[in-house]
Amino acid sequence: MRAMVWRRFRKHKPALIGLIVIATFIALCIAVPLITNYDPGKTHLDIMREAPTAAHIFGTDELGRDMFVRLWDGGRISILIGVATMLIAITIGTLIGAIAGFYGGNIDNILMRFTDFMLSIPQLFLLLIFAQLLRSTNNPAISGGPMPIILIIGVLVWPPVARLVRGQFLSLKAKEFVEAAKMSGARNFRIILRHVLPNAASPIIVAATLRVGAAIITESTLSFLGFGVQPPTATWGNMLKNAQAQMTYAPWTAIFPGLAILFTVLSLNYIGDGLRDALDPHHVE
Amino acid sequence: MTQYILRRIIQAIPLLLVISFSVFLLMNLIPGGPLAAYENNPNITPEDLARLKTELGLDAPIHVRYWNWLTAVVRGDWGISQITRRPALTEIAEKLPNTLYLSLIAFFFALIISLPIGIISATRQYSWFDHFATTVAFIGQSMPVFWFGLVLIIIFNATLKHPNGGPFLPGGGMFTIGADFSLDDRLSHLILPASVLTFFSLGTHIRYMRAGMLDVLHQDYIRTAYAKGQHERAVLLNHALKNSVLPLVTIIGLEIPGLFAGAVITETIFSWPGMGRLFFNSIERGDYAVMMGILMMSATLIVAFGLITDIVYAFLDPRIRFD
Repeated sequence: MRAMVWRRFRKHKPALIGLIVIATFIALCIAVPLITNYDPGKTHLDIMREAPTAAHIFGTDELGRDMFVRLWDGGRISILIGVATMLIAITIGTLIGAIAGFYGGNIDNILMRFTDFMLSIPQLFLLLIFAQLLRSTNNPAISGGPMPIILIIGVLVWPPVARLVRGQFLSLKAKEFVEAAKMSGARNFRIILRHVLPNAASPIIVAATLRVGAAIITESTLSFLGFGVQPPTATWGNMLKNAQAQMTYAPWTAIFPGLAILFTVLSLNYIGDGLRDALDPHHVE
Repeated sequence: MTQYILRRIIQAIPLLLVISFSVFLLMNLIPGGPLAAYENNPNITPEDLARLKTELGLDAPIHVRYWNWLTAVVRGDWGISQITRRPALTEIAEKLPNTLYLSLIAFFFALIISLPIGIISATRQYSWFDHFATTVAFIGQSMPVFWFGLVLIIIFNATLKHPNGGPFLPGGGMFTIGADFSLDDRLSHLILPASVLTFFSLGTHIRYMRAGMLDVLHQDYIRTAYAKGQHERAVLLNHALKNSVLPLVTIIGLEIPGLFAGAVITETIFSWPGMGRLFFNSIERGDYAVMMGILMMSATLIVAFGLITDIVYAFLDPRIRFD
């Protein structure tokens, strides 16, 4: 099975390129801050806003920090937020969707009305209010770091996942193998975990891939609006916020973090696309 | 049909009540609650705060306060903005048209650009045009909206020069402050923010339109139409197009929440005097009444548009039953 998926995935050229790009970015995020001579946080007021040169290939920012090193240092946090948020959203979404789809009836009704409710308030509005709530505590331990941002994005973006999983569960629970498992006396919990969930795994995996990218964009938007991770910790989002004030005369401070986000999310979207094709049992080659 | 519409409207009311209660609770969670804006004001003593609390009825139990608030909202009393001291409803009503003006123009362009692209993409699946269009759609969906705005400002405002020596396009505002009204001035201020919003929804539109068209092209009645000897053009225009527009109705419904997010970001970057920027500012300053008002209004609009989409869908698709 795994070999077949990989064989099909490899045929999807954009997805394969996306995978290579992501792998390269992750390697750079790990390696660059470790092996460089530049401290990503140290300020050098004698080399502020220098255009890209051989010494600083992506230029320097308003405090003379090397943009190349800072970009990969910030990428660690941005990618971490993307992955962690995805894990939270997928867990909550799968749990709610699975219970709603499998049990149906009133449970389904209540959970889905709750999902509708979550979707009825513009997400960005809720994110900003929650971020403001955290910020107003003035407690440095819970405001400004990546952890609270991960939590608020994670607990707010699960509704589409829940809808997707519910749909899968609704159609799968009518299948014969689920009936057979019920007949043989398996308990509901076991049926959900062993029989239904593995069959619903493909769309969940695809959704998870896309969620990572979406979360990276959400983090960058929040940080850009000043409600996300606070400096001196770098993320791609707050690097862009810094850049906004100076982008007309130091455009490189705005270009590179944005390109990093674009290529990361684009690659993840292509990987998701490739996985969708590769995991689809009805796919014809 | 009338019954169906009535039932859907009645179903929406409890949802709106739950939303309003949650919004109310959420706002009261913010430290300082409705008086947050006064907390950091050095001219206001703790005694003043306590007095205000009693005067405004803020020491009553939460359900009593909720009821008072809800009845006031229904009567059109949305509270007073703590920053401008004007009614919140007036503040919002003043900014809403600017947001609608920007979003509707962007929405219109996104629609008329994506419709032909989606159709050609689907009918010439895997052609170079299709690859190009899907790539553009993917890029549009993978880019932070605000960054695209920044790049446009760098190019058209900071780098390119207008023949008269100034920047090629203005980088913010809705018109030149102090100047007389001129269509030229309005349009030049509109181009950048409208392009950002258009590109923001273009990707999704193209992908939906393409998928919808592909779905339809594999239906039996399309094969029948071809079998009758109709030309491709006739098949596409008479049979496929009408049916493939159905999913578009769904996206329009799904996109309303996204438009609010797009508005906050675009209006903040381009200093557009709209509701999104007003919301952003009201959060920053703790302007409780305006924040609540915008939240409630946007949630109501989202629920209402969801309802309208369902009804329009039911009208367009005879397969949907109303019982």
